[in-house]
Amino acid sequence: MSATLTSSPHPGVPVLKESGQREVFCGLTSIVWLHRRMPDAFFLVVGSRTCAHLIQSAAGVMIFAEPRFGTAILGERDLAGLADANEELDRLVAKLLERRPEIRTLFLVGSCPSEVIKLDLAKAAERLQQQHAGRVRVLNYSGSGIETTFTQGEDGALLAMVPLMPPAGDPAQADQLLLVGTLADGVEERLITLFERLGIPTVRSLPPRRSTELPPVGAGTRVLLAQPFLSATARALVDRGAELIAAPYPIGVEGSRAWMAAAAHAFGIAPAQIAAVLDPLVERGRQAVAPHREVLAGKRLFLLPDSQLEIPLARFLSRECGMELVEVGTPYLDRRLMAEELALLPAGTQLSEGQHLDNQLERVRASRPDLVVCGLGLANPLEAEGIATKWSIELVFSPIHGCDQAGDLAELFARSLRRRAALTFA
Amino acid sequence: MELTLWTYEGPPHVGAMRIATSMEGVHYVLHAPQGDTYADLLFTMIERRDRRPPVTYTTFQARDLGGDTAQLVTRTIAEAVERFAPEALLVGESCTAELIQDQPGALASGMDLGGVPVVSLDLPAYSKKENWGAAETLYQLVRGLLKGQVPAPGSPKPDPSRWRDEGRRPRVNLLGPSLLGFRCRDDAREITALLADHGIDVTVVAPLGARPADLLRLPSADANVCLYPEVAGPVCSWLERSFGMPTVRTVPIGIGATAAFLRELHGVLAMELPAELVAGADGVCEAERRSRLPWYSRSVDSTYLTGKRVFIFGDATHAVAAARIASRELGFQVVGLGSYSREQAREVRAAAAELGLEALISDDYLAVEAAMAEAAPELVLGTQMERHSAKRLGLPCAVISSPLHVQDVPARYSPQMGWEGANVIFDTWVHPLMMGLEEHLIGMFRHDFEFVEGHRSHLAEAAPSGARSGAPPATSVDEPAAEPATTPGNGELRWTADGEAELSRIPFFVRSKVRRNTEAFARERGLVSIDGETLYEAKVHFSR
Repeated sequence: MSATLTSSPHPGVPVLKESGQREVFCGLTSIVWLHRRMPDAFFLVVGSRTCAHLIQSAAGVMIFAEPRFGTAILGERDLAGLADANEELDRLVAKLLERRPEIRTLFLVGSCPSEVIKLDLAKAAERLQQQHAGRVRVLNYSGSGIETTFTQGEDGALLAMVPLMPPAGDPAQADQLLLVGTLADGVEERLITLFERLGIPTVRSLPPRRSTELPPVGAGTRVLLAQPFLSATARALVDRGAELIAAPYPIGVEGSRAWMAAAAHAFGIAPAQIAAVLDPLVERGRQAVAPHREVLAGKRLFLLPDSQLEIPLARFLSRECGMELVEVGTPYLDRRLMAEELALLPAGTQLSEGQHLDNQLERVRASRPDLVVCGLGLANPLEAEGIATKWSIELVFSPIHGCDQAGDLAELFARSLRRRAALTFA
Repeated sequence: MELTLWTYEGPPHVGAMRIATSMEGVHYVLHAPQGDTYADLLFTMIERRDRRPPVTYTTFQARDLGGDTAQLVTRTIAEAVERFAPEALLVGESCTAELIQDQPGALASGMDLGGVPVVSLDLPAYSKKENWGAAETLYQLVRGLLKGQVPAPGSPKPDPSRWRDEGRRPRVNLLGPSLLGFRCRDDAREITALLADHGIDVTVVAPLGARPADLLRLPSADANVCLYPEVAGPVCSWLERSFGMPTVRTVPIGIGATAAFLRELHGVLAMELPAELVAGADGVCEAERRSRLPWYSRSVDSTYLTGKRVFIFGDATHAVAAARIASRELGFQVVGLGSYSREQAREVRAAAAELGLEALISDDYLAVEAAMAEAAPELVLGTQMERHSAKRLGLPCAVISSPLHVQDVPARYSPQMGWEGANVIFDTWVHPLMMGLEEHLIGMFRHDFEFVEGHRSHLAEAAPSGARSGAPPATSVDEPAAEPATTPGNGELRWTADGEAELSRIPFFVRSKVRRNTEAFARERGLVSIDGETLYEAKVHFSR
């Protein structure tokens, strides 16, 4: 419940570091999109009824004929040590795999309760892997709230898959561009087409669409992060010999161009070729953004911490849509992975890391922004106070990456404002 | 450890949140890890509330565990009381905080909070669930606020008919309506209006919309109406024990239940029973004309509803009420009845026994799905969870109970209770069924290119996948109710091609039942293969 100021990339405006109540999701929520990206995987949370309730509250509006996630709920017997937690887990996993023989990868997902009682799920995953060898791969990562915030759950899941990625073979043939971070199918296909057009023949994705079809990694692999929340995965890939391409994130026309150009540059592609492929996209992307810029320009924006996408979004909305940034909150700031983005933020941008919810809401109310990007726990209450909002979770569930999506991305923000203007009950 | 794909109830602290958020002037400090604020969405999104829930979370993180989490709790309590100035404060833990045992309730009691009443909640997250948490919270809150008012043991009980001597209308409390309960908003309004029609006033509706000051007025009512036993059962019993207040326990969902509720209430309050509530020689009372359900159900269009096989699952209150409506008021055949409410298991068992069934008391979604498949119903009345199983089994389904999702907190007036509630129920339950004419025509002509088997054109949907081919969904394993194309899994019975052909002529919504009956019949006779004749013999056998 304190606030400290640390040095900022923008001299004169320190980063506000706050602690207090945080209104964010835990990493378990990553299951809600990862289960669709890899339909042959199953996510088994080892936790409490709260964990089960969280996931079904987030995803339960969809009706599932075959659920792709579940919870092994700890009971009093497990806590009292009356039941051997490992035997219990083995029993449940066997039962689950019997019901769902088509599962190829099983993620044991750690939660706050399993972390607090120090249940060793990494070891359990190894043991279960041996029991079910040849049929299913068993992995482990933590999605607990005490350790992870929202999208950091994906970082954990991808990190767990890195050791299973096959080594890249002969360096002469190992040259590949690895896009890391979940992308919408259509966006992924489009980006791969563009990289091929630039002259990069081998482009693969992590996570893959099938959990068993992991891309290789090693020397010759150049990693381009599609999402900003993958600190641990990026480090692990570098440890496997891959090279990390420094770039802003593919949000908006400018960011996407720089992102693709950085990859092309890393592959030694001539600037003229890069310009020939990308400049028409930039032109068209700007045209798509233009009508939304008319709605957004000059409007004051306040982003609350949620997914770590806040800084790239703020950069796009200020530089390409003309919005003024009141405060850009992020749950966690990885200065290395965010360096290119921070350099593009307008001078004097107020950044905040962490959260003291009530104090931050007081700043929101005092500054009366035109648009607040926030979670669903806050959106309707702020709307009722007369403050326009854009709920942030949608940004993780929408195809927003690339030059071709810039118009759609701007539309997501303009829509809130246009709707407010359109509604009348007089 | 228990494998859960879907959970019928949240953890008990969500029940406590339901009480705090339903009320005004109550604040709840919850010791919980970062991330547990997801529960706010239940209120801001599902209930579409325009305010943040009055809950302050400590949202501790891993790095806090090395430090003094107890200090974090006291700091959070002090800040919350200062910022929100509540009239009463609830203090409790979530499941993870329960493991680190900071005793936040005790800490709060030891703090100087300027005289705010503090209720320390002890909600065992690893053995109890949401409804229990709500009931316990309401009970502890009422008890905490009213403990100074409890008359000495042995003092005379108040006479529920004292309103007559005091020259005023009788008045009651409506206890139980809460956020995230099923249609509580409109039920409270419907019952308030129903009571007003009978000259009965409502003192306090709680927890929904009540303040702590309102709870202090509870004993001034002549009786308590326990609308939702899952939430208000314990507090009604306590008020009965401590203040001698009688409780009306009939839940007015359905025509018969609403009439019985009014009779019970008039009896408790020693009011003269109005003529319209007295059943005539034909067992019909005039009051039922206040709802359209009885006439709609008697009208000839509803004849095809007779004997429709229905599977019912939900909280105990709604499941028991639904069973009565289904069997007596709509003419369905109840083929399965169950509830996840262990606290009310006895009532559910009694209701099931009346229907010649054994109640399913379980919170295991897979067990419920298996029972549903086994019962081979034509309609499922359940919770949001049963919609998943019903989809998998290709069955029509309507939601009758929490857990619910956003579509079951509608903008329109949609009570379940009272006369209007019965109207809503008639429409909601009949809607998913195939309309009568379509049912006849699909039974007669099976070769249509548009109106194929399983198609319900009034729902504007395409035909269910697999209906054309009769093949089971590719992913299912223990797949019981849809049509396995050839032999049943047990290996001993074999359907001949002729038998399969006859079976395919049975309308799809009763086909799985016919398959089951025929196989049972064949087994009984020791037959190894089933042909068309066996099917018709079985049909005659079971119709006797």
